[in-house]
Amino acid sequence: MSQILIKNAHVINPETELDEVIDIAINGSKIAGLGKSVSKDFKAKEVIDAKDHWVLPGLVDLSAYLREPGQENKTRIPFETYSAASAGITRICCMPEPLCAIDSGAMVKLIRSKVKKAGYSRVSVIGALSQHLKGEQLSHMGSLKYVGCVGLSQGHAPVKDLSTLRKAMEYAVTFDMPLFLHPIDHSLMITGGMHEGALSTRLGLNPIPVAAETAAMAQILTLVEQTQSPVHFCRLSSSDSMKMLKQAKDSGLPVTADVAAHQLFLTEMDVCDYNPLCHTVPPLRSERDRDALRQAASDGLIDAICSDHQPHEIDAKLAPFEETSPGISAFETLLPLTMRLVEEKVLSKTQAISYLTNKPAKLIRKRSGNIEVGRAADFSIYDPNEFWQLETEKMTSRGKNTPFSGWGFNGKTIKTFVRGKKVYDLNEGL
Amino acid sequence: MQLTADGKLKHFLTTEGIPPLLLEEILDRAEQFVSLPGKAQVKAPLLRGKTVMNLFFENSTRTRTTFELAAKRLSADLVNLDIRNSATSKGESLLDTIRNIEAMGCDMFVVRHSSSSAAHFIAKYCAPHISVINAGDGRHAHPTQAMLDMLTIRQHKPDFTPLKIAIVGDIKHSRVARSEIHALNTLCAGEIRVIAPITLMPNGIEDMGVKVYTNMEEGLKDLDVVIMLRLQHERMNTAQLPSVREYYARYGLTEERLKLAKPDAIVMHPGPVNRGVEIDSRVADGSQSVILQQVTNGVAVRMAVMSMAIASQASLAKEKGAS
Repeated sequence: MSQILIKNAHVINPETELDEVIDIAINGSKIAGLGKSVSKDFKAKEVIDAKDHWVLPGLVDLSAYLREPGQENKTRIPFETYSAASAGITRICCMPEPLCAIDSGAMVKLIRSKVKKAGYSRVSVIGALSQHLKGEQLSHMGSLKYVGCVGLSQGHAPVKDLSTLRKAMEYAVTFDMPLFLHPIDHSLMITGGMHEGALSTRLGLNPIPVAAETAAMAQILTLVEQTQSPVHFCRLSSSDSMKMLKQAKDSGLPVTADVAAHQLFLTEMDVCDYNPLCHTVPPLRSERDRDALRQAASDGLIDAICSDHQPHEIDAKLAPFEETSPGISAFETLLPLTMRLVEEKVLSKTQAISYLTNKPAKLIRKRSGNIEVGRAADFSIYDPNEFWQLETEKMTSRGKNTPFSGWGFNGKTIKTFVRGKKVYDLNEGL
Repeated sequence: MQLTADGKLKHFLTTEGIPPLLLEEILDRAEQFVSLPGKAQVKAPLLRGKTVMNLFFENSTRTRTTFELAAKRLSADLVNLDIRNSATSKGESLLDTIRNIEAMGCDMFVVRHSSSSAAHFIAKYCAPHISVINAGDGRHAHPTQAMLDMLTIRQHKPDFTPLKIAIVGDIKHSRVARSEIHALNTLCAGEIRVIAPITLMPNGIEDMGVKVYTNMEEGLKDLDVVIMLRLQHERMNTAQLPSVREYYARYGLTEERLKLAKPDAIVMHPGPVNRGVEIDSRVADGSQSVILQQVTNGVAVRMAVMSMAIASQASLAKEKGAS
């Protein structure tokens, strides 16, 4: 049983609007006291002085692909849950993908047991919306809920038709399961493409219009209006989608949305030398779109920022652009990029942390991302003054596919705790 | 990436960004290689002892053959690899294929691939002593085709600046159109037009410095050069066009339509020609057509590019030896 006292910690906890320097007592897996509520006779076995450091609630990442079971050549659960811990992420939502469809209770149990055995960050499983993610037959949503899935998604795979999608939405409501949908119209979405515009024309890459997202979004919104089933839009990428989201929220539809951190920084221009590391789905869009996403984040229109972590083996990116696998290995840049938005005065400090903690936690209906007495002791210690440069060789993830190599960041996670247990320590290389 | 530090041609991947003097050097050199019909071929020894690998990941007869002839006329050893049917179909990655062929020893890759940027990719990852010539990558670039078209234009109309030139047809999927537009802009052509229905017109093409026309008659007015593109049959099935018949009716180059251009306008086509689809036989075989001259020039331009790339390698090697 761990009994830890963290002294002089600058705790920033958006959920309780806490932002001050206090002591934290941890007893076992729970937070036993904060500031004045730390009892005088609390006997700590370990005392950590967090002077000049921040203590942040454990980050909740709404989307990651852990690749196991099915694609062990890319990475395995222990490596990625450790990588998440090293980035201050204590809860990962693991997404279904065609080679690991997560459409049965057995699959969920397998993933959970591997996560437990690894013993780093927690994993919440998002199950498949349809069997084998084929978009035809509904998945066993009731059973998936029973084994602890926090939501359902079709990933990037298409649903056969609108009637199937509507039934899926209705059936999900039956079991009160949140839906995490990527708005993608597959007839407009050409694999291996990039944002449609003058640059895609010059580079001769397949153009993906903004309508590939907005047309699908409009269809989903129509169904939401009819069925009143809550839908979360995953990884919105365009200015027009933000307009539609605002309209939908203003008219009271039960919709929420997130944006991947890299979409708030990169644009189509980053693809200009066919950089396969900037091959993403949805594609990096124009500067205007990126600015609209930043504005939406600043206005509080979106509900979360996520990493959309997609680790790949080296070969997956060693090919001509359109033949490479899309995605970025992004755990380690989630917090640094989001904090950079604070430096660039897009977000306030509390807003930024909230987008990574209590807000995403609410979307999966968890009480994570909150430092409060009696809650699980999931948190990280963060040094806001540590300047570091991202080097791919030093990444903790097995996937080294990041376009942010060489970027400098202010602030680094130095220790991470899950259930009161230290699972990462920068200095010990735990 | 395609130029050496002192501005010589190392690879030829795209016409974009190549300085005008270098483009003109390619044309001047090619002019020397142009052979007169019926005259005996004299082999130039410029590539003696060099090995050229023709890597064709995609079908081609004309381009492959002209590269082959060009290499042979420069005394190179040439190997044709029809990769479509071998390595890649067995699951080998492009990079492994390149590394393996490299290990056999060679000095130049001529690459045709269905993915845009394939030639860039190979140039980036192959050994530093190898030159890469792009023989067409996806819908991105086909620089030697563009240069042989420039040569053909120059032979008829020596000054580019007053010329009105139109490219007609499937601009969206055409690497030839993109490479021609870059080359024409660099050579200061007076006016470049693209003519096509909107389904075959890529988004933002105006930014490349062209005027967009959707009406064939309007676009043809006062032209000095008409470049027709091949309409690929497979496009017909993907709702880009209703039918071949309608395309010919609206965009086919007929004798009547050609009259809208200047009387001394020349008609070009990169081939293979679809008679009765994009062009009337009477125009293709007519007095204004220079289609076969383009093919002849193709060998000369490829000889020029290959010899320049090998020469830049030699000067690089010399520098290394000196230092």
